[in-house]
Amino acid sequence: MSDMQDYQSSLEDVNSRKFETFSYLPAMEDARIRKQVEYIVNKGWNPAIEHTEPENAFDHYWYMWKLPMFGETDVETILAEAEACHKAHPNNHVRLIGYDNYAQSQGAAMVVFRGKPV
Amino acid sequence: MAKTYSAGVKEYRETYWMPNYTPKDTDILACFKITPQPGVPREEAAAAVAAESSTGTWTTVWTDLLTDLDYYKGRAYAIEDVPGDDSCYYAFIAYPIDLFEEGSVVNVFTSLVGNVFGFKAVRALRLEDVRFPIAYVMTCNGPPHGIQVERDIMNKYGRPMLGCTIKPKLGLSAKNYGRAVYECLRGGLDFTKDDENINSQPFMRWRQRFDFVMDAIDKAERETGERKGHYLNVTAPTPEEMYKRAEYAKEIGAPIIMHDYITGGFTANTGLAQWCRDNGVLLHIHRAMHAVLDRNPHHGIHFRVLTKILRLSGGDHLHTGTVVGKLEGDREATLGWIDLLRESYVKEDRSRGIFFDQDWGSMPGAFAVASGGIHVWHMPALVTIFGDDAVLQFGGGTLGHPWGNAAGAAANRVALEACVEARNQGVAIEKEGKDVLTKAAASSPELKAAMETWKEIKFEFDTVDKLDVAHK
Repeated sequence: MSDMQDYQSSLEDVNSRKFETFSYLPAMEDARIRKQVEYIVNKGWNPAIEHTEPENAFDHYWYMWKLPMFGETDVETILAEAEACHKAHPNNHVRLIGYDNYAQSQGAAMVVFRGKPV
Repeated sequence: MAKTYSAGVKEYRETYWMPNYTPKDTDILACFKITPQPGVPREEAAAAVAAESSTGTWTTVWTDLLTDLDYYKGRAYAIEDVPGDDSCYYAFIAYPIDLFEEGSVVNVFTSLVGNVFGFKAVRALRLEDVRFPIAYVMTCNGPPHGIQVERDIMNKYGRPMLGCTIKPKLGLSAKNYGRAVYECLRGGLDFTKDDENINSQPFMRWRQRFDFVMDAIDKAERETGERKGHYLNVTAPTPEEMYKRAEYAKEIGAPIIMHDYITGGFTANTGLAQWCRDNGVLLHIHRAMHAVLDRNPHHGIHFRVLTKILRLSGGDHLHTGTVVGKLEGDREATLGWIDLLRESYVKEDRSRGIFFDQDWGSMPGAFAVASGGIHVWHMPALVTIFGDDAVLQFGGGTLGHPWGNAAGAAANRVALEACVEARNQGVAIEKEGKDVLTKAAASSPELKAAMETWKEIKFEFDTVDKLDVAHK
C-alpha cells in the first residue's frame, strides 16, 4: 500500500479550480477530443462551442462561439470550430457541448481546451 | 328495471368476476399475486380481492341500492399462472377512476392495499404492478423539478452525479460532521447526504448541522469552482417541524433537501414536494422501510409500485438499489423500475417485471440513486447499468479511503470520468473495466490507492425476491 499523501487543493492554488465533466482527467489531446465529437455526432446531438475567462468559469453562461452547429455531422468541421475558438481565445476555457433537443438538455459538455489558471 | 333488496352473503364472483370486461383507458389497473387459502377457487379469490379493495363488504346492505355499484365496483377481469410457482397466480383488477380523489396516492393505496391485505380468504397477497391512466397522472404534482431542471441548476451534464452518505451515521457533532462533508465535496463529489437516521438528535440538532454543512458547501464551491450540494434531511416528527426545517434550508441557500417518503408518510411527502416546487429547492428521497413491504415474493407491495407512488407524490431523486452492492436487487427488475422512474413512456415488459404500459405524459422523471456497499471497482458496471441519469453514492467507498474523504472522493470522480469517457469512445466498459480503471489510476494516486484497498470485496449472495420465471 502506498504511503499516505496530502490532498493538494486550496483557495490559494488556482490549479484546484475544476470545470465539471472530465476535468479530473488529464487535459484532452486531439485524439481524445475527436472521439468525443464522434460520440456527440453519433448520438444525433447538436454540437456547440463556448468559451470563458477561467475566473468566470462558475457562471452558468459562457460566451457562445457563433451559434450551435445545428445538424452538423462532419467531425472535421466541428473540430475546426473548436480549434478556431481556442486560437482566438488562447487563455480561455473552451467547452464542447452536445445539445440534446429531445431531452431539452445538454447530453454532453466538456472543456476541450483548458485556459490559463487564474 | 330496478333491483330488489335481498339480505345475506353472496359469492363475490357473482358481482366482481368479469372475464369479459375490457378495461377502459381511464381505469386504474392492478396486478395482484394471490396465494389463496386451500379450497378457495381462483375466480372467487380474485373477485374477493376486487371487492375488498373497492366497494365490497362481506354482506349485502340495503344502502348498496341507493347507488350504482355496478359502475363503482372493482372488476377482476383476468387470471394468469405465475411462471414457476403453482402456489399462487396473478389476478388483474380494473378500478374506475372515480373511486379515487385526484392527486392522492394516499387515497389510491388506502383502497388498493388496505383491509384486503388482511383478508382471510387469501393466505398471502402481493401488489405486483399498478397502471395509472394518464388522466390520473395529470392530477398529481410529481417531481418538483425533474432530471433536466436539476442538471441545469447543478450544472452537471453528460455523466452520472456522485454522492456520499456521511458516516458514522449517528453520533457526530455538527462541526465534525461539516468537516466530513467539506472533505468529500472538495475532493470532487457533487453531493453528500445525511444518513436517513439523522433528523435532530441530542448529539446534533438540525439547526447546527444545516449551518456547518452550508459553510462546507460554500467553501468547497469556491475552492473547486463547481456546484455542490448536501441533502439536508428534513424528515421530522410533525409536518410543521418538517416545513420549519425546509424553510431554514432555503433561507441559507441550500440547493437540495431530503425526505424519507415511506416512514415520513405519503401525505407529508406530497406536501413537501409541492413546497419544493414552489421554493426552488431540489428534493432527494430515501426509502427506509421499503424492504418490509417489497422483499417477500408472496406478500406486500413490489418496489416498482413504490417507485410509481414516489414519482406521483414527488421527488427529484429516489434510491433504487445498486444491483452490484450489498443490498438486494435483481438486475432486470431494477432496470424495469429505473425506467418507471425516469422515462416518459414505459411499455409492458414481463422480462423486467412490468405488467402494464405506463404513460407518464409530461410528468418529469427523477434521478435513480444507487447507494450501498459500492466502491471504485463497481464503477464500470454502475455506469453501464444506470447510464447518465443517476446519482452513484459511495459511502464507505469514499470515507474508507486510506488517505481520507477528499482522496476517496477524487478516486471516485476520476474512476467515473474515465468510465464515461471510455463508454463514449465505444469501449465495452463492463468487460474492459479493469483496463479502464488501471489506465486512469496511472495519473491518479488516489484512485490507485482505492483500487488497492477494495480489490477483493465482492457481494455474491443470491437475491431473495427474483422475477417470476419458469424454472422447471
